[in-house]
Amino acid sequence: MNTMTEAAPVRPIEPTSYHVKEGNQGIALKIKDFKLWYGQSQALHGIDMEIQKGQVTALIGPSGCGKSTLLRSLNRMNDLIDELKIDGRIDVGDFDMYGPGVDVIALRKRMGMVFQKPNPFAMSIYDNVVYPLRVDGVTKKSILDEVCERSLRSAAIWDEVKDRLNESALGMSGGQQQRLCIARGIASDPEVLLMDEPCSALDPIATAKIEELISQLRGQYTIVIVTHNMQQAARVSDNTGFMYLGRLIEYGATDTIFTKPHKEQTHDYVTGRFG
Amino acid sequence: MANPEDSISTAAIGVSTGKPATRTGGKRVRSFTADLSAVGEPALWGFGGALAIGIILIAGFLAIIAWNGFTTFWPKPIEQVELVDGTVIAGEPTRYNTFTVGESVLARLNDAQRQEIEDNFGFANRTLYKTANFDLYGDDFTWAADFDIANVERPSGYYLFERQQWGTFVGFPASLVIGGEETAYDQGLMQREQRAARSRFADIRRLERRDIGRINHNQERARLDSRKALLQYGENDPRYLARVEVNNARIAELQNEFVEVQQRISDIRAIDSQYRVILEEVNGRTVDTNLSQIVRFYAANDVNWFQQAGIYLSRWGEFLTTEPREANTQGGVLPAIFGTVAMTMLMVVFVAPFGVITALYLREYAKQGKLVSIVRISVNNLAGVPSIVYGVFGLGFFAYTMGTTIDQLFYAERLPSPTFGTGGLLWASLTLALLTVPVVIVATEEALSAVPRSMREGSLACGASKWQTIRYVVLPKALPGIMTGMILAMARGAGEVAPLMLVGVVKLAPALPIDGFAPFIHLERSFMHLGFHIFDVGFQSRNSEAGKPMVFVTTLLLLGLIVLMNATAIYVRNRLKKKYAGSQF
Repeated sequence: MNTMTEAAPVRPIEPTSYHVKEGNQGIALKIKDFKLWYGQSQALHGIDMEIQKGQVTALIGPSGCGKSTLLRSLNRMNDLIDELKIDGRIDVGDFDMYGPGVDVIALRKRMGMVFQKPNPFAMSIYDNVVYPLRVDGVTKKSILDEVCERSLRSAAIWDEVKDRLNESALGMSGGQQQRLCIARGIASDPEVLLMDEPCSALDPIATAKIEELISQLRGQYTIVIVTHNMQQAARVSDNTGFMYLGRLIEYGATDTIFTKPHKEQTHDYVTGRFG
Repeated sequence: MANPEDSISTAAIGVSTGKPATRTGGKRVRSFTADLSAVGEPALWGFGGALAIGIILIAGFLAIIAWNGFTTFWPKPIEQVELVDGTVIAGEPTRYNTFTVGESVLARLNDAQRQEIEDNFGFANRTLYKTANFDLYGDDFTWAADFDIANVERPSGYYLFERQQWGTFVGFPASLVIGGEETAYDQGLMQREQRAARSRFADIRRLERRDIGRINHNQERARLDSRKALLQYGENDPRYLARVEVNNARIAELQNEFVEVQQRISDIRAIDSQYRVILEEVNGRTVDTNLSQIVRFYAANDVNWFQQAGIYLSRWGEFLTTEPREANTQGGVLPAIFGTVAMTMLMVVFVAPFGVITALYLREYAKQGKLVSIVRISVNNLAGVPSIVYGVFGLGFFAYTMGTTIDQLFYAERLPSPTFGTGGLLWASLTLALLTVPVVIVATEEALSAVPRSMREGSLACGASKWQTIRYVVLPKALPGIMTGMILAMARGAGEVAPLMLVGVVKLAPALPIDGFAPFIHLERSFMHLGFHIFDVGFQSRNSEAGKPMVFVTTLLLLGLIVLMNATAIYVRNRLKKKYAGSQF
């Protein structure tokens, strides 16, 4: 009884097709009236949002507005928190990821995630990148090698690390570590890549590299990025959602949000009048 | 009292605020040196002093043990002491002290001596001589007060003999008996013959231990097999009778072998008794002893520094590699070293999985609530329970309850003599594992909680299950911390004695827990332990003065052993740390 396999047939892993995407059109995630409570306090008040396939969607808003909470709801990372209550649904493909009988582990394999602080594991660079495949039971060396190289190339770090794949990942610089984490996030060929303020712990040069990488990945992956940095959102994203106090105030094309927003609050925020 | 500094600051304020200097009327003097209490100097001296006292205490303690331990085996000269009353004693001066002279002693002294003691406020000095020759005098030591000594010499020719039995002998070799013929003493001859005699002695011991041990073991097995058949089939069953017949034949066959070995032993003994040495002590009394009984001998006042060093090293060698003799006060401590190490290792084998699994459940899986808090507090409190209580528990639960059950189920033929139903290596290790498990749990929990949350999330976001996350990410990262807990547990366990006395440690174990008979590792056997050895040698033996130096040597060895085991563990931990080290950015 595995509803997941029916809903999302696992594509066979073949070296040549591993990172090739099929369609770029349509909706990747559909969030419908999604509410979330931490114990008694409500963190999200009915979010409605459609995330477009193959595009970069940015979530902006002041601290504590619920943008990270929303992002972490997209791969059910919030499940780790006790006393969490949710309402509403998030559809991925044609099923509700909060519906009954959903295999959370299989779901997370379809949602790569990059965190605020680079968090490579205490393993070699190689082992870090192929970790998602290893936990999935892939042992064939040729597949692992292929995926490792492709992921590292996609994350624009292959040339820097190709000669020291067996060294500890903890010996890399912060920016390299973060790009390694991106490589790890895309190694299992996810449909969506979630990024939770991926540049906030990095210096400007490393940040520029990550932003460039995001631009390169656009089209290949559906990317949702949470950021504090409005210039970054303007630079890298196709669509932007502005959140405030647990509500999605405005969501639309990035150009619109930053040049002629419809809502007063959005205007105030993007022009720097509060936040 | 115009302070120049004050006026400057006033002027400065006046300029910057544009106000006249009314606020700083000149009363407050600005000081650029902080208050003494604010700097923390008095506290610093206090803390530093406390640390210094601690270091001095530890260093002093180690220095005393090291000094006494390391000097014990160094050969000392033999003094021949002539007392005022005409008696002559000879022995090694072992220690000196000051004592209050009693009335009855004072009464027999002359005026000059009495005056001298009075000038010393009633005290006098005395020396303890290790006169040895226990078989002749019934005592190993003699006190000689300074006022009783007429003359002290260190004459050449005195020998010290260390014997297999009866302890040491101080005196001269009078003559030798070689192959039954009495000849005059010659040092070279004696050295050669003593070496040959020692190898005969080793032969006898090997025959007794290995061959007779094997025969006894097999006879016992045959006897137990008969008894097992009796318990299984009943008295009149033909299968039982058949088995008994086979076993009895085997026992008889072994008995013949036994007689044969005994014959070989008595042959060697007969040769051995033809090689003897006649020893003479200072007052002319002689002792006739087999050369094979002499473990070591040297001319105490005639050896040079290199020979002394040789004797010193040979004594350490004997100490570390042989079995004890003379009620543990002489010889080696090999069985105790073996027992200590084996027990500690076994304890780690038990405590590591148990402690780590418990901590994993408490920290990673259990829902953090009241119940887990209570469990955690209880575990912490367990570390404070007196260790003897664990000994009582180990004896009552492991040995008497579990052991007896095991005996009834698997070793019924050996009853009523217990196999596992009494103290032994297994139960002692388990008891100590129980004693040290709180240490491991606490350390492991701390190590687990120190693994950053972001790492777990990173792993879970990759689609790893909770167990995979723990297995591949959390545990490797926490491993050095877990190892630290293991090291603490080992240090605690290796130094523990009280509970062991109840669950399997003995004064003198007849056999090591590992030998050549299947199943080779005998976890049910009782064993010797260095900690208990110290207690036994120093305070339980017939001749505690003779055991005193051994206390320090054994203490030194125990400390060294614990340091060695911990250093190994720390080395392993640091290797692991290096493996997972690196900048977190």
